[in-house]
Amino acid sequence: MSYPEFLAVHGGRYLDGIQVTAVQFLMAAALAIVISLIMGLGKLSSNRLLRWPAVAYIEFFRGTSLLVQLFWLFYVLPLFGITFDKYVTGFLALGLNLGAYGAELVRGGIQAVPRGQWEAAYSLSMSPAKRMWRIILPQALLNMLPPWGNLIIELLKGTALVALIAVPDVMFEARQINGSTFLSAQAFGTALIIYYIFARLLVTPFMRWLERVMSRKLGRA
Amino acid sequence: MEWRWDFTWEIMPKMLAATGNTLIAAGLGYAIAIVVGLMLALAQRTPYRPVTLMVREFVEFIRSTPLVLQIFFVYYVGPQFGINLSPWVAGMIAIGLHYSAYLSEVYRGGIESVPAGQWEACRSISLSTRDTYFRIIIPQALPPSVAGMGNYLVGIFKDTPMLSVIGVAELMHAANAIGGQHYRYLEPYTIVGVVFLLISLPSAGLIRAFETWVRRKLGMT
Repeated sequence: MSYPEFLAVHGGRYLDGIQVTAVQFLMAAALAIVISLIMGLGKLSSNRLLRWPAVAYIEFFRGTSLLVQLFWLFYVLPLFGITFDKYVTGFLALGLNLGAYGAELVRGGIQAVPRGQWEAAYSLSMSPAKRMWRIILPQALLNMLPPWGNLIIELLKGTALVALIAVPDVMFEARQINGSTFLSAQAFGTALIIYYIFARLLVTPFMRWLERVMSRKLGRA
Repeated sequence: MEWRWDFTWEIMPKMLAATGNTLIAAGLGYAIAIVVGLMLALAQRTPYRPVTLMVREFVEFIRSTPLVLQIFFVYYVGPQFGINLSPWVAGMIAIGLHYSAYLSEVYRGGIESVPAGQWEACRSISLSTRDTYFRIIIPQALPPSVAGMGNYLVGIFKDTPMLSVIGVAELMHAANAIGGQHYRYLEPYTIVGVVFLLISLPSAGLIRAFETWVRRKLGMT
C-alpha cells in the first residue's frame, strides 16, 4: 500500500483524532493558565496561608510524573467515589501538571518586573489589586511569554498521554491503525508529522505573534 | 476504599526492584543523551549550511513531538523492516534521542556563552579545531550548562514511566501489573507517586550543589 493510499483510507481517523487532541490541548491550556496565575501569585504572597499551599502544590505536581498523575486520577480517584469522564480526566491531569510549571514562570516573570514599577504604582496610591492587574502583570506577561512558548509545546506533547486512558486523540488513532494494519512506520510516522505541524506551524507562530502584540501594547516594540 | 498496609508491604519488594530499573533506565538514557546531544550540538556548528539546517530541523522535530509516540515509533517500526528491538533497547534509543535533542540546546547555549576572544586566541596560536573545542571551548561551556543538564536529568527520570507502554519493566509497569493482578490500584499508583517525589525533590538541591562544585573546580567562581 502506497502512502497516498494509506492516507486516503485512514486520513479520516486522523482528522477525528486531531479534533480530540485540539480540544484537549485548548482545555488543558486554559486550565494551566488559570492555575499558574493562582499558584504563582500564591507563592509570592506574604501570607503563609496562601504561600504554603501554593509551594506544596507546585512541588508536588513538578515532583511526580504527568503519567503517574493521569493514572492516579483515572484509576484511583473513582475508588473514593469521584469519577470524571475520561475526556475531563485527560485535560484535568494535563492542566494541573503544566499549571505547576507555569506557576514558576509566573513567579519569575513577576519578580523580574523592576522594583521602581511597584514603587511608582504605590506612590500613585493605586490599590494592590489595581497595581497587580494594570501595572505588574502586563509587564510580567511580556517577560514570561518566551518560556510560556516552550511550556505550551510541552503541553501539546503531553496531550498524547491521554491516549493511554482511551481518549481517542491522534496518538490513540495511530495505535489503532497500527494494530489493524501493522503499517507501523506509516501509522506512527503520520501522527509524528501531525504533532510537528501543530507545534511548528500553529502554536509557535501564535506565541511569536502574541509576543509582538504584547510588546507593541506596552510600547516596547 | 481503605488504604491497606499489609498489601503495601506485600508489594513493596516488587516496587523497590522496579524502582531500581527506573533508575537504570534514566541513567542509561541520560548517558546516551549526553553523548548524542554533544554530537547534535557540534553538528550545528559545521561550516556546511545544509548540515546545520538539517540537524537544526531534526532537533526541532524531536523536541516538538511527544516522547510516548517516539517510543512507539522506534519499537514498532524496526520489525517492519526486519529489525527486532527488545523493549529496553527501543526504549533507551527513543528516550536517549529525545533528551539528546534537549541537551544539544543546552550545550549550544553553553558554547555560545564562551567569549569570542577565546576563539580568537585559539586561532592566533593556530590550535587545531579539535583542540580548540575539546581543550578550550567545551571546558568553559560546561559550567553554564550544568544547571540545564541537571534539570533534564530530573526530566528524563520523570519521563521513564512512559517506557511502560512498550513493556519496559520499570516502576509504572510494575504498578500496572500489580494493579491488574490484585484489582487494587490505590496502593501501587500512590507508591509510584511517593517514590518519584522522594527522588526528584532532593535532586534539585543536589544539582545546585554540583553546579557550584564544578564552577569552583574550574576556577570560575
